[in-house]
Amino acid sequence: MPANGNPIPAEALREKPLETAPGRQPGIDSAASALAHFKRTLRRGPALAAVLLLAVVVGVAFCAPLLGTTDPIAINPALRLKLPSHEHWLGTDAYGRDVYSRVMYGSRISLIVGLGAALMGVAVGLLIGVIAGYIRLADAVLMRVMDGLMAIPGILLAIALVSLSGASLFTVLVAITIPEIPRVVRLVRGVILSVRSEPYVEAAISLGTRVPTLLLRHMVPNTVPPLVVQGTYIFASAILTEAILSFLGAGLPPENSSWGNIMAEGRMYFQLRPGLILYPGILLSLTVLSVNVLGDALRDALDPRLARRL
Amino acid sequence: MLAYIARRLLATVPVMGMVAAIVFAILRLTPGDPAAIIAGDAATPAQLELIRRHMGLDQPIHVQFLLWLGQLVRGDLGLSLISNVPVMGMIADRIGPSLALGLSTIVFTVIIAIPLGVIAAWRRGTLVDRAVMAFSVFGFSVPVFVTGYLLIFFFAIGLGWFPVQGYKPLAGGFWPFYQRLILPTLALSTIYVALIARITRTSILDVMDEDYIRTARAKGVKESTVFMRHALRNAAVPIATIVGIGMAMLISGVVVTESVFNIPGLGRLVVEAVLARDYPVIQGLILLFSLIYILINLAVDILYTVFDPRIRY
Repeated sequence: MPANGNPIPAEALREKPLETAPGRQPGIDSAASALAHFKRTLRRGPALAAVLLLAVVVGVAFCAPLLGTTDPIAINPALRLKLPSHEHWLGTDAYGRDVYSRVMYGSRISLIVGLGAALMGVAVGLLIGVIAGYIRLADAVLMRVMDGLMAIPGILLAIALVSLSGASLFTVLVAITIPEIPRVVRLVRGVILSVRSEPYVEAAISLGTRVPTLLLRHMVPNTVPPLVVQGTYIFASAILTEAILSFLGAGLPPENSSWGNIMAEGRMYFQLRPGLILYPGILLSLTVLSVNVLGDALRDALDPRLARRL
Repeated sequence: MLAYIARRLLATVPVMGMVAAIVFAILRLTPGDPAAIIAGDAATPAQLELIRRHMGLDQPIHVQFLLWLGQLVRGDLGLSLISNVPVMGMIADRIGPSLALGLSTIVFTVIIAIPLGVIAAWRRGTLVDRAVMAFSVFGFSVPVFVTGYLLIFFFAIGLGWFPVQGYKPLAGGFWPFYQRLILPTLALSTIYVALIARITRTSILDVMDEDYIRTARAKGVKESTVFMRHALRNAAVPIATIVGIGMAMLISGVVVTESVFNIPGLGRLVVEAVLARDYPVIQGLILLFSLIYILINLAVDILYTVFDPRIRY
């Protein structure tokens, strides 16, 4: 779920796979049944709607220049804060820019941030988690650092990182990802610790399997199902966090037409033109909602024991 | 019990130390010379050198860290770069509105979310349950500032029931004070209600499979009593845990909500400090919020013994 500051979304939900992991052998053999289950879930309403909506957002992001948009940063002082019209479907903002074009192009930034944070968070978290789970000496140190990171509210950490390193797409992405990493590390470490004592891993060790093969072939695959779910939640949470950072003025530089920036600039004119906040806000919420619903469907498919309840 | 509390308090020290180390590292390891930032663009090299020596920046990094830690332990968070006022004093001036908003949100959330979760679990699989769950997914997905502006749009601008923005201290009377807190509380609690309702439902459903629930039903206890006495009480520990963990969300939410509703609390102070690059203030606020988060979770841990006498220390 979210985090945004909504950081965190349901941390308890995120922790669950860790608890259910011991004894279970998720991963390769259950992949086929998980896929079948996921397909079945998709046929039901909410998950299907979520996938369709995400497909639309992705389509819009790719095809933004073809959708009747104008240059999202073209300023036209003569057309400040106009109501929706035939030329400007959603009206114009305080600089006379076309709100419709800005909102369409905004989907690109949200998707880049979401995808970037999910991939980076999972990759870094996986690496640190495997080290912590496998090397006992590193475990104590790494997990204390993670405890410290988790005690700092995510938005504050991200704000501080952006304000110190200067706002750019890359620094914002890094700042959003860092607070997400400890949860991935804990998840991976939990899985690694629990499979270490599985008979098949002990058998592999006694057969003299080399450590890299042991980790990559026998242990890491078990982390894939929970990481897929976690990655989806990071995706949703990163989109929200980017919007919040930009909204507070501590996010992407203003020339980026991100949904957060459009809303940040709309704040002063909210009473006059609520659409400046509501249009991007609703799109943002629907996108995050879809990702969360998709994440829940994935979790249900990959972790049937948990699915029974949530 | 006292020994347990003392032990737990001690255990928070290393975590706080780690938070301090991370905050210190973030500020020192990011590119840019703190002395140059403080001195401004017009400073001469000699002035820079003076500031550096004054701030202890000419010392080795571990000495700097220990010096800074020493200050922290004495409650000295340093001076604001912008106003040259002690950071501690700035925090004291601005903490009131944030406390009011935070407490009002926690109370509202607990009153609303736990019954919602209980009802959803009780009527599992029905329309009520699905409605609560749907609301919970929505609550997670709509950013607090969108909720905030929607509330302003409908209830303040449209219906005129509440002032659009602002804050009045309690000293000016209860209603003017609370009237301005209602919409911010609603906005901030949405995500929190969603989280806690969902966990309440899950925890109760977990408990409902236990043998003692079957026993209670078998001996003819009323279903409502089974729920309130046996199920909810045993589900209290995970619910309390999530109330504590959710504080991180609440703190982040306060920062945003105060900006939306123009409330002059600590959240706005964070944003002002960030926009002005007032590092000592940013540092102090991160440490303060982390400390609050850690202490609340400690309090939750200690509360476990109240909910569940089986947990002994």
